[in-house]
Amino acid sequence: MRLIAFLALLLAVPLAAQDSLPPAPYAYQQLADPQQEAQAQALMQTLRCLTCQSQSIVDSDAPMAGDMRHEVRTRIAAGEQPEAIRAWLVERYGDYISYAPQVSAATWPLFAIPVLLLLLAGLIVWRRLGKRA
Amino acid sequence: MRSVRLFLWGLVILFAAVFALFALQLSRPKDDLVRSALIGKPVPEFALKPAVGTHPGLSTADLRDGQPKLLNVFASWCVPCAAEAPQLAALEQQGADIVAIAIRDRPEDVSAFLDRYGDPFSRIGADDVSKVQLALGSSGVPETFVVDGQGIIRYQHIGELHDKDVAILLEQLREAGA
Repeated sequence: MRLIAFLALLLAVPLAAQDSLPPAPYAYQQLADPQQEAQAQALMQTLRCLTCQSQSIVDSDAPMAGDMRHEVRTRIAAGEQPEAIRAWLVERYGDYISYAPQVSAATWPLFAIPVLLLLLAGLIVWRRLGKRA
Repeated sequence: MRSVRLFLWGLVILFAAVFALFALQLSRPKDDLVRSALIGKPVPEFALKPAVGTHPGLSTADLRDGQPKLLNVFASWCVPCAAEAPQLAALEQQGADIVAIAIRDRPEDVSAFLDRYGDPFSRIGADDVSKVQLALGSSGVPETFVVDGQGIIRYQHIGELHDKDVAILLEQLREAGA
């Protein structure tokens, strides 16, 4: 009985998340061309779901994530380049929509600091070894 | 010896700086809203079929007819959308022209929603796969955009409207030339 209640709880979804239409055609269906599907997958893994913001649109079952997969797959099928689709979304939602960080005025320290730390570490090691010799 | 001491002081200062950064960031209120990057830019091109028999659909041309409008993104299955019905009614009463986009909705559900919560909309377009919602940079329902007479997006409100938002939206409409 407890197990049944637990399973029922697992199946329960919040009322606000229940929309009335079936998922978009390409929300759960792969593209026929494996190469195009691979392109779409690679892109979708690096796009943020807007409903569940810590998931990619591949991981999320939110209706909006399904609609975003549909959008990505139909555009790829129409021959659009994955990075053009990413740029189209960034134009609308800002950098936050993308999990692939680009170098910009706000993000350059992310790329610069590891290089600086490596240089610093190298310098320290070089000085110590130099002293010993 | 001196250099070691200086180095240790440097570490202390670095630690204090990191701690101060954490304290500052943790004391800020949480903000996980994803705002549209299209504020100040034209509404994307679209033409949506009517979401319900009683209202015409919605296209970009309707948003460029010289009259500033509120564009409400909603759905009959969305609870906060029902909660903001009084605020939308108040906006309509005070002269706002409100057009809407219904996300992933069936005509009979939209019709029942309007019967139950009131109908402040002059047009309702049906966006069955959230295509126009994505084109607008809208990240959920409900959201309310202010669009000026030339079809330029002037303002975006994310989430349901509260009483204080009515005055804000009316002011935004006035600034947009209403």
